[in-house]
Amino acid sequence: MRWVFVGSAALVSAIIFSIIVFVGMQGLKTFQGVSPLEFFFSTDWTPGQQKFGAFPFLYSTLMLTLVAVVLSVPLALSGAMFMAKIAPKWMREILRPATDLFVGIPSVVYGLIGLTVIVPALGKLTGGIGYGILPAAIILAIMILPTILSISEDAIRSLPVRLEEASLALGATRWQTMWRVLLPAARPGILTAIILGMGRAIGETMAVFMVIGNSPQMPKSLLDSTTVLTTAIVKDMGNTSYGSTWNNALYMMALLLLIISLVLILVIRIVAKRSEVK
Amino acid sequence: MSSKTTDRLATLYFWASGIVIILILAWFMIRILGEGIPHLSWHFIFGKPEEIKAGGGVGPQLFNSFYVLILSLVISIPIGVCAGIYLSIYAQKNWFTDLVRISVEALSSVPSIVFGLFGFLLFANLLGLKFSILGGAATVALLNLPVMVRVTEEAIRTVPESYWEASLALGSTQWQAIRKVLLPAALPNLITGITLIAGRALGESAILIYTAGLSVSRFFPDFNPLKMGETLSVHLWYVGAEALVPDAKAIAQGSAALLLIVVLIFNMLVAIPSRILQKRLSGGK
Repeated sequence: MRWVFVGSAALVSAIIFSIIVFVGMQGLKTFQGVSPLEFFFSTDWTPGQQKFGAFPFLYSTLMLTLVAVVLSVPLALSGAMFMAKIAPKWMREILRPATDLFVGIPSVVYGLIGLTVIVPALGKLTGGIGYGILPAAIILAIMILPTILSISEDAIRSLPVRLEEASLALGATRWQTMWRVLLPAARPGILTAIILGMGRAIGETMAVFMVIGNSPQMPKSLLDSTTVLTTAIVKDMGNTSYGSTWNNALYMMALLLLIISLVLILVIRIVAKRSEVK
Repeated sequence: MSSKTTDRLATLYFWASGIVIILILAWFMIRILGEGIPHLSWHFIFGKPEEIKAGGGVGPQLFNSFYVLILSLVISIPIGVCAGIYLSIYAQKNWFTDLVRISVEALSSVPSIVFGLFGFLLFANLLGLKFSILGGAATVALLNLPVMVRVTEEAIRTVPESYWEASLALGSTQWQAIRKVLLPAALPNLITGITLIAGRALGESAILIYTAGLSVSRFFPDFNPLKMGETLSVHLWYVGAEALVPDAKAIAQGSAALLLIVVLIFNMLVAIPSRILQKRLSGGK
């Protein structure tokens, strides 16, 4: 029986390796049809004329993730601090299932809210169409909020009590203790939380697809229709035939997403190691 | 401003942020359920969809959602549980264990669209499944797998060491101890984990567009796992973003409410059976 268990464990490793190999091989074939220089730095994505510049997708992915994290972190960290140190028990018993439920809501449902509420509201507010990075970032900020909140809360909660007691004994108020002592001390855990949130934001597809507008161009502002890596794949996959440069380019984007998420995992490991040493 | 005043203001601020988080969620719920529930009817939930006319239902999509979910669990539970058992019982500190742990972590960070492309490449193309319920379920199983491994490992670790030692001391083999002692004791936590995974898999859509496809069988219910099978969340995306039917908005709102209700039910299921099982197993009231 032992070998069944070892075999299953080995299978899990085999799966992640075959994902890297399969997607990688297919993706790298892109460069038979287009130079890496053009793929990464050209802003011209016109597959009809064999122009495969993926720079706008990379740029928008980066922008979207940054804006979403910037929108989400302040509220998530305040929520985490509130849950860990201030909220009475009854309040925690409302907030915890509430944040769990946030995670459980399917991403298409978030997308629908974005499409039917946030996009029209932004359109009315600015007089534009309302699609673009900003509505996507608002939706993503809400989606990654529970991830950042619950991991940061654990980090704050697991700090030794003596830190807090020492600070209070020195005459610091609760706010001073939280701001000057607890928050800095929980930094590695909070960093991990933010990176995990980023990973989720980068990989999110459907909700973003519904509100970002989907034009393959550099966005001129946060409210200009654009495309990110994930939505480019969804949008074009159905139009391409297997083995074409266009199709391979989509696999290349998937490979980029895969590499980004693996790098984020590595960063988390390094953060964890470094905080252990201290 | 004195530090006392600042402290009071800060406390006020933290309360406000906690309340804002709850308000956002409450607003979401009211919005989705309020707009969607009026569209829910027997005909909508169990009826067949329409391509061009208004008034179609989502019956086959709902059926496919559960069909894909169950098949994916059938694939991922045995592998995930076995790998979890390996990590919690047999694993020694060596390169293989490290490799498995890193793999589980890496697998759980893969964006779902990447799973989708991989599934398209492996199941739809190389294994010749085309767009099918089976191909979709197998790909969703990959998404479930790392969570299943983690849930199993943690569930078994929470079983007291003494159970395992007592069983072995009574002369059982390791396999007997796992099957008759550890797994039953870990069952409540396992079920909680599986329910959470199920909720996530039901809402998954990016994986399924290019593995299970965008259309449904003409027959309903159709148990053939080699047929295309659009699920409810994929359908919601499709009608929300691209559909031709005149009542697309109503269908999208109804489907969203339906999905949310199913997820809510799963969330409640997490709480109830694990509590009952725990009571029964621990012999308490």
